[in-house]
Amino acid sequence: MSMKVSTRQVDGVTILDLSGRITLGEGSVTIRDAVRDVLAKGSNKILLNLGDINYIDSSGIGELVSAFTTVRNSGGELKLLNLTKKVHDLLQITKLYTVFDVRDDEASAISSFTK
Amino acid sequence: MGRKVRRQSLTFEASTSTLPSSLVSAADDWHIETARTALADSTTSRMTFTLDSSLDSVNKIEQTAEQYASRAGFDEDTIPHIAMAVREAAVNAVLHGNAYDPHKHITAAFETTSDALVIRITDQGPGLDPDTLPDPLAPENILRGSGRGIFLIRAFMDEVHFRQLHPGTELTLIKHRTPAQSGT
Repeated sequence: MSMKVSTRQVDGVTILDLSGRITLGEGSVTIRDAVRDVLAKGSNKILLNLGDINYIDSSGIGELVSAFTTVRNSGGELKLLNLTKKVHDLLQITKLYTVFDVRDDEASAISSFTK
Repeated sequence: MGRKVRRQSLTFEASTSTLPSSLVSAADDWHIETARTALADSTTSRMTFTLDSSLDSVNKIEQTAEQYASRAGFDEDTIPHIAMAVREAAVNAVLHGNAYDPHKHITAAFETTSDALVIRITDQGPGLDPDTLPDPLAPENILRGSGRGIFLIRAFMDEVHFRQLHPGTELTLIKHRTPAQSGT
């Protein structure tokens, strides 16, 4: 199953609801394009909802990191929401868990963005 | 050459009823696509097959690894780790080794012994020196967008060995079975 992404706006934050797999040739390019699209539209507060991501490989992890740095370099913020255990464990192993701002509640995640 | 290929095909077909479904699928594709050889051990404990340098091959190898790990008795937390490690090795072979070259192939060998699951992934690329790979956990590398594949393979497998084939690289991934698993 390839990755799907849907976009919604809540209080000035763009939430990308992702589902499926983030792997080389599947979700990684989709994330890149989605984040670029959000930035191109003038929004730079992005919350990636990974609650329905059931698989991610090293390419997918790299794509999350690239999205994070791209948004940060544009003066914005990118945060992660609702990690599954598999994604959580991978971010722990790769020591990226503390690099990202990881949230497990949407409302508090949205309010955590700089106003 | 056609004669040789036909004999290999018959050998494979005679054994497919005892093989994991993804390998049977790989065999079907083998007839249609470009993979060149497929040799099955009738005991089903050992399997070697050759596929083209594509992401489709990566997915098949990953599925096969998952099935072999399951049959070897690994638990539900370990099976996805093995499958991911094998996937990363296959991605390296297709992407970094063969660079999607349609004239080059990757080989995947699966073997379940009494004490381990052993997977060998081989490419026909320029070779890989693992000692030159940057540490993805180092502060200067932590925000890099790539370079975590070999790290994850090492994290999830018990042993990882590189062998240079001049040209090509063979990566051997080993996961030890516990005595209880070996008895199944």
